[in-house]
Amino acid sequence: MSDHDKIYSTKFQDAVERKTVLMFVMIALAVAVGGIVEIVPLFYLPNNALCSSALAGNDPTCGNTQHIGKDGSVIPMDKIIWNPATSAHKTLEDWVPGDGVRPYKPLELAGRAVYIREGCYLCHSQNVRPFRDEKDRYGHYSIAEESVYDHTFQWGSKRTGPDLARVGGKYSDEWQRRHLAYPRAVVPESVMPNFAWLADMPVNVAETVQTMKVLTIMPFNPTPKTIYTDAYIDGAAAQLEGKTDMDAVIAYLQGMGNHVKFEEGVNYRD
Amino acid sequence: MEATQATPVKYDMEVVRWFTIAAAIYAVVGTLVGVIIAAELAWPFLNLDIPYITFGRLRPLHTNAVIFAFGGCALMATGFYIVQRTGATKLWSKGLAWFTFWGWNLIIVGAVISYPMGWSQGKEYAELPWIIDIMVAVVWLSYGLNYIMTVANRKTSHIYVSNWFTMSMIVMITYLHVVNSLCIPVSLTASYSIFTGVQDAMVQWWWGHNAVGFYLTAGFLAMMYYFVPKQSGRPVFSYRLSVLHFWALTFGYVWLGAHHLQYTALPDWTGSLGAAVSLAMIIPSWGGAMNGMMTMSGAWDKLRTDYILRFLVVSLAFYAMSTFEGPVMSLKSVNALSHYTDWTVGHVHSGALGWTAMVAYGAMYHMVKKLWGVDKMYSDGLVNVHFWLATIGTVIYIVALWVSGIMQGLMWRDYDEYGTLTYTFVESVSAMHPYYVMRLVGGLIFNIGTIIALYNIVMTVRQASALRSSGAVPAKA
Repeated sequence: MSDHDKIYSTKFQDAVERKTVLMFVMIALAVAVGGIVEIVPLFYLPNNALCSSALAGNDPTCGNTQHIGKDGSVIPMDKIIWNPATSAHKTLEDWVPGDGVRPYKPLELAGRAVYIREGCYLCHSQNVRPFRDEKDRYGHYSIAEESVYDHTFQWGSKRTGPDLARVGGKYSDEWQRRHLAYPRAVVPESVMPNFAWLADMPVNVAETVQTMKVLTIMPFNPTPKTIYTDAYIDGAAAQLEGKTDMDAVIAYLQGMGNHVKFEEGVNYRD
Repeated sequence: MEATQATPVKYDMEVVRWFTIAAAIYAVVGTLVGVIIAAELAWPFLNLDIPYITFGRLRPLHTNAVIFAFGGCALMATGFYIVQRTGATKLWSKGLAWFTFWGWNLIIVGAVISYPMGWSQGKEYAELPWIIDIMVAVVWLSYGLNYIMTVANRKTSHIYVSNWFTMSMIVMITYLHVVNSLCIPVSLTASYSIFTGVQDAMVQWWWGHNAVGFYLTAGFLAMMYYFVPKQSGRPVFSYRLSVLHFWALTFGYVWLGAHHLQYTALPDWTGSLGAAVSLAMIIPSWGGAMNGMMTMSGAWDKLRTDYILRFLVVSLAFYAMSTFEGPVMSLKSVNALSHYTDWTVGHVHSGALGWTAMVAYGAMYHMVKKLWGVDKMYSDGLVNVHFWLATIGTVIYIVALWVSGIMQGLMWRDYDEYGTLTYTFVESVSAMHPYYVMRLVGGLIFNIGTIIALYNIVMTVRQASALRSSGAVPAKA
């Protein structure tokens, strides 16, 4: 018996090491498990994902969240995510903070594109954690439903600058304008780059309109056609006319974090 | 580990030579961009109000250049080298290997244009525009196919352990890249992920952590299992340990991504599961590190004279250190402090500089000598200088960010006796300044080391070519 026929481990391991295809298949199976276990269930959370898409069918649990109110009843989904059918405010123009999470308006969407383009997410997180200091510093902790319309999530992983999840309305538009242009004129210790040139760049109207169209055809968590109607998309260009990237980023920041009206004493964690 | 046979195999090593030189060049460029953005954080006026060089646009260029340009070229060079020599066979397709080389470099050129222009998808380490993502998939598959077919064509009975690790990298990176890049374009340069919020976050960090786990770990462990035995002249310490190391890592690493999302809006069970498996991963990681270290048994004296071996051994020490630090940081109570701080950045660099880059340089120096058929580098002294610059630079870098990261975390959560927050956010920013300067110094030292390495490699190649053209020595490889 030559040395090459000797089995040094188990028969199976030996077979795997001798057959390229078998090794390939074993690897492909071994690496698939973890991802499937951790990712797939997230698409079946009752309060987001498939529930807002056609794939959910007639699942009755989809109308509810996992959050239990103070009286012990389940908080209905339309308290958290704005539903024009049941809300007193039927259009994006009528929507007011507290009505629930809504899709982005055209100018905010343009601002979000600038936020991604400039890599803001590399220094600013958008996810407040359920700690006392974060509540005092930023506000209520973030919940899953709040990023339901965030195609390409922007939670970030680093706070070189502060969290921005609840920055909407915290500062005036004028403060934001001065701070974005020359951060050290407002906050001397800041290490943020100057973004004064954003004020000279007109928003990309065509791309923003195209983005709205694309968002209505996304396979998961779509922006419903009932909100971005064809007529609304047609009117978007007019809303963007004459605006700059600076206006857009400010609109995006000011719309952040005030959509849901949180009640005291309710556990919103999943 | 190489089959002995009557007729020597004519290997296809020209493409390996090109990938090796490319890796040495991209290491200089990638770390230089890192130095620039580190300086921008320390002194923000260095952004110079030029959109193309602001921190937010250059940071993806830095991460992608070091991971995919330097790391990628080093992986492809060593991959094609190891798979031929351990299988005693030449590449399945030489033409396809050149397609991989030029395709990969074209992608890098694309990235160098895209990032300063701000054409980003906004997903960390996967910011490339969708068109380039498609190119990445095609070129990656060309590499994978060529690699696996070469394994299949081997003349040896068993597949060598390095090739297991590289194969697992090829398969997993294909999964990750395809799923994480699923998006709908809105223009030639912009697109949006088909996933949103929680699901997108989980998919992104499944990608993010496994780019580390398979690309920067499995692929580089393949180098470790080949070049440590080769350079030390000792067989791998334990075959059984390598079997355990391989399967535990391949199965387990995939689960870790969720620990990047502790206490976010991701359901709690996912992060807890990620942390539990992260802790368990200490065992295979340390098993592997031990396997590499113990391979040195009986050859430790070589460390005095063999500077290449120093790179390999110190890389294993950093591998062991950061695979302990990582699981600790994944624990919820530690993560509550460390997440969002510089500690994370420091941890990444102890892995990327200390482990990945050091083992790659050990492998590259070893290969350069074989590939160009020389007995020694142009200057062995410069290898030693590079070794010390790399080690000291890495240590300064990670120590600076340990201190700044932990300090940041403590300042954010500190309360005074009246029950109000002690520090405003911006006080934590200004407290970071000295450490950002220190980090810049560490990075610069490391960067100087890469320049010396490039010089040494280029001079070695020139010397070898001069000798060869004068007919003094026959080419070996």
